Amino acid sequence: MLLALCATAIVIFALLAEVLLPRIEKALQRRRARRRTLDSLGFDPGRERRAEQRARQLLRSCVNEEEWAMYRDLGFIRVWGRQADGPEGRSGGTPYAYLVYPHKPVVAYLPQTRRLLNEYCVEFPDETRPYGSALLPDSDDVLAKWMALTGDERGLIARSNMHLPGRQVDPEAVRRDLWRLSEWERDRVRRRRRADDARGGTVPAP
Amino acid sequence: MKPGHGEILLAEGDLEVPAEERELIEAFRRQLDAGMWAAVPLVTGSGRREAQLVKDFGDVPRDADRVIFFPRAAGGGA
Repeated sequence: MLLALCATAIVIFALLAEVLLPRIEKALQRRRARRRTLDSLGFDPGRERRAEQRARQLLRSCVNEEEWAMYRDLGFIRVWGRQADGPEGRSGGTPYAYLVYPHKPVVAYLPQTRRLLNEYCVEFPDETRPYGSALLPDSDDVLAKWMALTGDERGLIARSNMHLPGRQVDPEAVRRDLWRLSEWERDRVRRRRRADDARGGTVPAP
Repeated sequence: MKPGHGEILLAEGDLEVPAEERELIEAFRRQLDAGMWAAVPLVTGSGRREAQLVKDFGDVPRDADRVIFFPRAAGGGA
């Protein structure tokens, strides 16, 4: 009985090895190729992480507390537009805003209706590639867009490639982000009210 | 701002000291000549935060505590 079990186990092991070994070999080859590519690009994950940490500190020091919290919690920043008729004259005079994502197009929308207006593809490439990549860290990319939008909105929009929503960003994902943003804002208002009540001496009902 | 690095301090000095001001102006020009944009983060009178893009050292507000250089914007994803 024991002999039969051992023989069966050996057969199963041999069959599994026959099936799995080529896959393991291929996975190892892919891993080696990936490492070679990253090495040739001068990509260093530790350096990129440190760069992102520095970039987050810089972003935090430039934007206001709400924008920083928005980026920290949701991964994007809302910047209100300031042109009278909106970007490309598409808001019809109603307030509009942009969602600024790292390394994704800037999305213009109408906050009242959550209607998406346009997406503006813009990059800040450093072609000197000082550390192997032309891309800024995520938070630096957001800060560059924030500075360009708040400093020269019209100029940034003119330089970007404008598309209808859906070319690069998923409109459903953006609508989900707008919903997340409204929930986040509601929650902030609730928390602020509670803090104000506590400071004012009133105790909220249990 | 530098890819792969983040923030790098290029120069610092006191505008009231002529030699240091000259150094700051030279550093400013070097960055603009290299194709970078320059921005000064500001807090407006109403408390709003925004940036002022500057093309000349003379446009930098005298009370600014820093100028941030970043690569020029280009249309992407076409």
